[in-house]
Amino acid sequence: MAVDKKYATPLLDELEKGEWPSFVKEIKSSAETNPMANDLLGLLEQSYTEKKGHWKHGGIVGVMGYGGGVIGRYTDLSEKFPSISHFHTMRVNQPSGWFYTSEALRTLCDIWDAHGSGLTNMHGSTGDIVFLGTRTEDLEPVFNKLTNAGFDLGGSGSDVRTPSCCCGKARCEWACYDTMALTHFITNKFQDELHRPAFPYKMKFKMSGCPNDCVASIARADISIIGTWRDEIQVDMAKVREYADNGTDIVKEIAMMCPGKCIEWDGKKLDIDNGSCRHCMHCINVMPKALAPGKDRGAVVLVGSKAPIVEGALLSSVMVPFIKFEEPFEESELWELIENMWDLWCEDGKNRERIGEFIQRVGMGNFLDAVGLEPQAEMVAHPRENPYIFYEEYFEEGEEVTK
Amino acid sequence: MAQIPVLELADAMYKMVKDTMGMKKWKATDLQKASIEMFGEDKVDKQLCKDAIKELVNNGRLVYTYFGGSYIEVPHVEGAAN
Ligand code: HEM
Ligand code: HEM
Ligand code: SF4
Ligand code: SF4
Repeated sequence: MAVDKKYATPLLDELEKGEWPSFVKEIKSSAETNPMANDLLGLLEQSYTEKKGHWKHGGIVGVMGYGGGVIGRYTDLSEKFPSISHFHTMRVNQPSGWFYTSEALRTLCDIWDAHGSGLTNMHGSTGDIVFLGTRTEDLEPVFNKLTNAGFDLGGSGSDVRTPSCCCGKARCEWACYDTMALTHFITNKFQDELHRPAFPYKMKFKMSGCPNDCVASIARADISIIGTWRDEIQVDMAKVREYADNGTDIVKEIAMMCPGKCIEWDGKKLDIDNGSCRHCMHCINVMPKALAPGKDRGAVVLVGSKAPIVEGALLSSVMVPFIKFEEPFEESELWELIENMWDLWCEDGKNRERIGEFIQRVGMGNFLDAVGLEPQAEMVAHPRENPYIFYEEYFEEGEEVTK
Repeated sequence: MAQIPVLELADAMYKMVKDTMGMKKWKATDLQKASIEMFGEDKVDKQLCKDAIKELVNNGRLVYTYFGGSYIEVPHVEGAAN
């Protein structure tokens, strides 16, 4: 479609200057052929001039049967910018680890060129493929074309959000479990919860293959599944010496920065006290050719992190210190624990209360009790220094303290 | 005692939502709690409630909406669309 009307955009043009990529450049290139992208330029320029937003939130648009995946947006300047009177966002469930064939990418772009602004965000902070800007009447046609091509919408609202993961075993030797396979499994297992919002608020799963946590799962997921090991860090001593010979200052860069203070280096031999290791990955990251996570690999499951929206930010807390993830995933004990947590949160959680906030309100001890978990030292931050946690069973009434 | 048919529950839920339109916003769990209260635990359980909501939403009698959190409402044209 040819676009004739052009807007003068002196303020937006500033954002094309410099070496870095520019979203203005991209919107302009789409605006050559797409009237929505063109009107978006006009509207943005006006917003920048007036220092005022011109979008309204919509709450009712979606595709038949689904309660998530579409985020309604309208402009309050629809007479001036008719092509973007509706500008809904669609979230499309990305493939695990964000791997595509170029053909799949072309298919997505063709669908969006035909029905939307042509603008995408690859990928949103939710992990989804984000299609920016379409009209209500185009939602069903886009959905039909997506599902015919093997794609589905992702989550939004009070549902399981599109699960996302790091590239894991596909590209990374640190992966302690198969993040992509588990993510695919979780996406399928919780289809109902993903498309039919029935929770007090959103519920995000993020899977990282090791404590480097490339998808920032510990900070951004209600359920964080992070790979780890429970035996000893693998050491190739000849390669350690090679690092030292090539100028790595092992004492300064590694031993002194080890949070567990559990590494010793005498110039020839690296000694790791694995019982004090905090599995932070630092030493492994500095000497990737010499060190590697242990061989007895699995994951730790944490619950409750979130970014600040209604309330402040939280990090996830350990629920299961170590769990193996091996096919068939269906047999994992984790799903029952998750159902228990959801039942409790649905029953007693307040509207728009994330599960992490819920745990804070009722107290971790009560939460663990209600979902049937035994408290463990791994659940405590700094267990060796924390003076506020008591292990009652160590001190039975009337018992002699011998040590 | 046997559960009530899913369509009977769906009709009852529809009525709850329709009758309180504009006065109350229902979440899926609210509908579930109200249904169990209305029919009793032996006639209605969580799964039946899920099935009834799915039935209502799949045939378009009710729709999911989003205003900070997710709700279930009678379809209507929203103010923002004008
Ligand atoms: C001066 C204008 C803008 C600035 C400075 C800006 C800046 C940013 C920055 C810094 C991010 C975070 C990138 C990241 O770390 O992943 C971001 C994300 C994003 N921007 Fe913009 N942006 C602007 C305009 C726009 C416009 C006009 C649109 C859409 C039409 C848009 C849509 C998005 C989306 C969808 C994301 C992804 C959010 C997410 O990660 O989920 N932005 N923007
Ligand atoms: C006062 C205005 C706004 C506020 C406070 C706001 C707030 C937010 C918040 C908190 C999220 C994250 C939700 C989540 O965690 O999933 C979000 C996501 C998003 N918003 Fe907004 N928003 C505003 C306006 C807009 C407008 C005007 C647009 C587009 C026209 C927009 C497009 C989006 C998109 C596309 C996402 C999802 C990005 C992704 O999936 O990664 N927002 N917004
Ligand atoms: S989180 Fe760990 S396993 Fe996953 S990509 Fe990052 S370093 Fe590799
Ligand atoms: S992983 Fe971290 S805590 Fe463990 S030995 Fe290496 S640097 Fe120390």
